[in-house]
Amino acid sequence: MAYKIDDTFCTGCSACEPECPNQAIYEKSGMFYIKPEKCTECIGSFDEPQCVSVCPVDDTCIIDKNYPRYVAA
Amino acid sequence: MGSMFESSVTSRLKPLGGIKIEVAGQSGCGTTGGEGKASCGSSDGPADMPTEIWEKVKNHPCYSEEAHHHFARMHVAVAPACNIQCNYCNRKYDCSNESRPGVVSQKLTPDQAVKKVLAVASEIPQMTVLGIAGPGDALASPQKTFDTFRQLQDKAPDIKLCLSTNGLMLPDYVDEICKYNIDHVTITINMIDAAVGEKIYPWIFYNHKRYYGREAAQILTDRQMLGLEMLTARGVLTKINSVLIPGVNDEHLIEVNKAVKARGAFLHNIMPLISEAEHGTVYGLTGQRGPSAQELKEVQDACMGGANLMRHCRQCRADAVGLLGEDRSDEFTMDKVEEMEVVYDLDKRRAYQAKVEAQREAQVAAKKAALIAQGADDGMKVLVAVATKGNGKVNEHFGHAQEFQIYEVSATGTAFIGHRRVDHYCQGGWGEDDVLPSIVTAINDCHAVLVAKIGACPRDELKEAGIEPVEQYAHEFIEKAALSWFADYRERVKKGEITHQTRGDAAIRQGAYLAA
Repeated sequence: MAYKIDDTFCTGCSACEPECPNQAIYEKSGMFYIKPEKCTECIGSFDEPQCVSVCPVDDTCIIDKNYPRYVAA
Repeated sequence: MGSMFESSVTSRLKPLGGIKIEVAGQSGCGTTGGEGKASCGSSDGPADMPTEIWEKVKNHPCYSEEAHHHFARMHVAVAPACNIQCNYCNRKYDCSNESRPGVVSQKLTPDQAVKKVLAVASEIPQMTVLGIAGPGDALASPQKTFDTFRQLQDKAPDIKLCLSTNGLMLPDYVDEICKYNIDHVTITINMIDAAVGEKIYPWIFYNHKRYYGREAAQILTDRQMLGLEMLTARGVLTKINSVLIPGVNDEHLIEVNKAVKARGAFLHNIMPLISEAEHGTVYGLTGQRGPSAQELKEVQDACMGGANLMRHCRQCRADAVGLLGEDRSDEFTMDKVEEMEVVYDLDKRRAYQAKVEAQREAQVAAKKAALIAQGADDGMKVLVAVATKGNGKVNEHFGHAQEFQIYEVSATGTAFIGHRRVDHYCQGGWGEDDVLPSIVTAINDCHAVLVAKIGACPRDELKEAGIEPVEQYAHEFIEKAALSWFADYRERVKKGEITHQTRGDAAIRQGAYLAA
């Protein structure tokens, strides 16, 4: 259902935060996190997940395997 | 060589060859082409440019070569996000021993940034310029950037505001930039050909999509050129930064220079690539080297007919505070700023600026007198290194110098060529033997080094290397000192006391810059 941010790679640059169409990304102590219940993997909004596309460090915004993949309603 | 490459090296400030500046409304600056000048930064005053343009640049250390002796800038890191990836940048890197463009220790919110600027400006009257220059791109986080500018315009109206951008989003924000009275915009332009660009930029993020390779580079260059044209049309002064990457864009930068000149760029700053494996950048890891001093100078010289060429760039950290080449940011960390009682003293700041005006006039007079004393021009040109701690004078001890300023001297004048960073030779009163060879390497293309004082040991070693240590002009103005030494040098050559020889190349300092 959601992407998550690997905080060992996140530089805290904030690029992802304004790109999220669901306002699912928030900052805590200089790092950024995704609220899984709000993430739609950008399905229905954009061709590619915005946090993944804008992130300067590869493999930082990744699918959170604890949740099933998002299915548009 | 055609007129494009004329190498007249007076340091008078003339926008883009200075043929014509059309002033429209309150701050117009449209330019058309013309013959070029070597560098920007007049000490002679506004004789050949409209007063308005002179007023905009004269106290801006990044736009006026001469102003950087007297005025300081600071950068605040409020916009850390970026929308493009460059092979010379690693967004993960941050370390206290590291000083490179784009690197920063402390990210600030707009409110914190405003507080810090007011604190610094109250403490350092030289601080006349505030820039937002990364890490990241000022226009990739436009709300943070413009919130900071809006507050500062209100609270510190005498501070000049400027921003630095990769240009991708520039066309969308030109109107906003004009609204906050931002006089100066720097655009980093490393190429105008996507085939070159794909070797520099792996990807960009634009219109909610990632673009790769040549397609990405094409979008970027189109947006950069459009943004530059729009700024020129609105009278905003622009500085173009280009990173010289040997084997990738070295000769291409001459084309870049022509293209930005044609679109009204005021100043072109060609900087050496900084690339070390430990920076973790793509170029660092693939072993892409930076240019030598002479390689850099060759490209800069070939561009002299284009936009005014900037040679005094220190490639400072994105959160630097102080005069170019110094960094006082440790004195103004956010914890310290929070505790400061800030009183913004506009009168004290104006008094300092008036003092600088008087000193500038004395400096110009000294240079003129030294020029008159020169003999006939026989075409001889040499480089001299100068140890200075500011105020335009030869006033630094050799062993204490963190950098040397390099001037090209001939019978017809002096031209600032650049600066070379070095490690301190003198630490705790003792010369460090392993440091001296690196200093010699850094100024190896110079015939002499002008200093306030120098110890016996480095003096002998410099002589051995063929560089003449000169103490005779201590505390004199730099240009006068350089010209006086040069007249004396030519006299000695003429008498047969010494033989004039050409010098070799020099190395550009890489990696960490440790301020004292």
